[in-house]
Amino acid sequence: MVEAKRVKLLDENGRRLDGRRLDELRSCRIEAGVLKNANGSAYIELGRNKILVAVYGPREVHPRHEAMPDRMLLRCRYSMLPFSVPDRKTPSPSRREVELSKVIREALEPAIFVEEFPRTTVDVYIEVIEADGSTRVTSITAAAVALADAGIPMRDLVAAVSVGKIDGVLALDVNGLEDQCGEGDMPIAMMPRLGEITLIQSDGLFTREEVIEALEMARKAIQELYKEQKRALREKYSKIVEEVESEEVIG
Amino acid sequence: MSERIYTIVPTPRREAILSMLKRGERVDGRKPDEYREITVETGIVGNAEGSARVSIGHTKVIAGVKVSMGTPFSDAPDKGVQIVYAELIPMASPIFEPGPPDENDVELARVVDRGLRSSSTIKLEDLAVVPGRHVWRVFIDIYPLDHDGNLFDASGLAAVAAVLTAKIPKTSISGESTVVVEEEKVPLPVGNAPVFVTVAKMGDILVVDPCYEEELVMDARITFAIDKEDRVCATQKGGRGSFKPEEVIRALDMALSLAPELRKKLPSTPI
Repeated sequence: MVEAKRVKLLDENGRRLDGRRLDELRSCRIEAGVLKNANGSAYIELGRNKILVAVYGPREVHPRHEAMPDRMLLRCRYSMLPFSVPDRKTPSPSRREVELSKVIREALEPAIFVEEFPRTTVDVYIEVIEADGSTRVTSITAAAVALADAGIPMRDLVAAVSVGKIDGVLALDVNGLEDQCGEGDMPIAMMPRLGEITLIQSDGLFTREEVIEALEMARKAIQELYKEQKRALREKYSKIVEEVESEEVIG
Repeated sequence: MSERIYTIVPTPRREAILSMLKRGERVDGRKPDEYREITVETGIVGNAEGSARVSIGHTKVIAGVKVSMGTPFSDAPDKGVQIVYAELIPMASPIFEPGPPDENDVELARVVDRGLRSSSTIKLEDLAVVPGRHVWRVFIDIYPLDHDGNLFDASGLAAVAAVLTAKIPKTSISGESTVVVEEEKVPLPVGNAPVFVTVAKMGDILVVDPCYEEELVMDARITFAIDKEDRVCATQKGGRGSFKPEEVIRALDMALSLAPELRKKLPSTPI
């Protein structure tokens, strides 16, 4: 891994090691309603990332004293499966997972009409099955679809992407190697229709101008992800419509 | 998974705070871009290698630096180790409960850690006494003592002040790779240093350094760590609300213009 620090992440044509341009997303595929027990669910693949999200609720709060009189309690658990990363991750929650669970919850909550369901809870369970960089933002993109699939009333979806800094320039949607060997990472989540930022974090060094540029790169990519989110939701419900209509014919 | 204690601000109070803000007034009479009085004291704990007590208004935070000789992480064998820990102890506020660290403790520690790490405040590459075998492990422990809002900026200031004034034992190597820790102390190798600026959003109004009551009514907050060259070395949005892109940039500009004022509070580096 010491050797990895010297990896050049851009070739002479300005292409990245996986052949992408600096402002290019990895291929993204979302599927809604993939689990039977959960009230809503979604599966996302972004490049080599594979993430599954389940939503339960609105349901009774346990423990009961956590219930809030004027709004729903949104809970979120981001977790990486032990075999999702090159070196096995111990199953107990790491400090990183604890923090990410919090920021992901706070990225989703602005989109939800939490005041519609007082004294209830909605649980969002995120399991990273395979990780290749930008898992927190990919989780958010899938979680918003799972929430919509569960029928939770929302102002907007939330889609998210990371902007990293590799070989001194900004690059959209950093993969695992670029995250590890790059100079910085800025995950950004937005409500695509409302244009509101619900998550922004960064590490590494960014100038003011780079922050402004990163926000604009993220905004464009988030519109792309939003299309795939809507397509996934439409696909699930058009299947249901087909099923219902074919039953009518038989009846 | 959730907040420790759910505090409700009475609606008339909330409305009073928000309507005052619309007129440009804050509950404690400050301007939107004005910090409360800041004090920084260093060298307050004899047994710590470095220490600092910071107050921002009524908010008080103490931070200490301890070092120990240990092994490096396998992915960075030629570097020392930096570990930041924060604990929101029940002494500091009725909303803090005893128990293992929860998401708020972890978030605070990790944001301070990122600010220090990204700006290379501690020169970790200078802390590998025998690369791959023996390195200094630097522990920075942050304890809020009295919570009246804006723990991020106070904790960041305390952690950086403690680090900048820390002195660690001199070492020498005997034989092949036996480390001898000597009595004599040398300054902890430090380079850059960040300051942390938190901006709270209420409606479309942005204010810096929110006090506790403002934190209760805010929609969201954003913290920037700013290094000596005016670069952002950590960002963290928190809270239930959201920011427009232009509000993020406006908050960043507030942080950039206030950073020099905060930087003056830091002790000058020993070397």
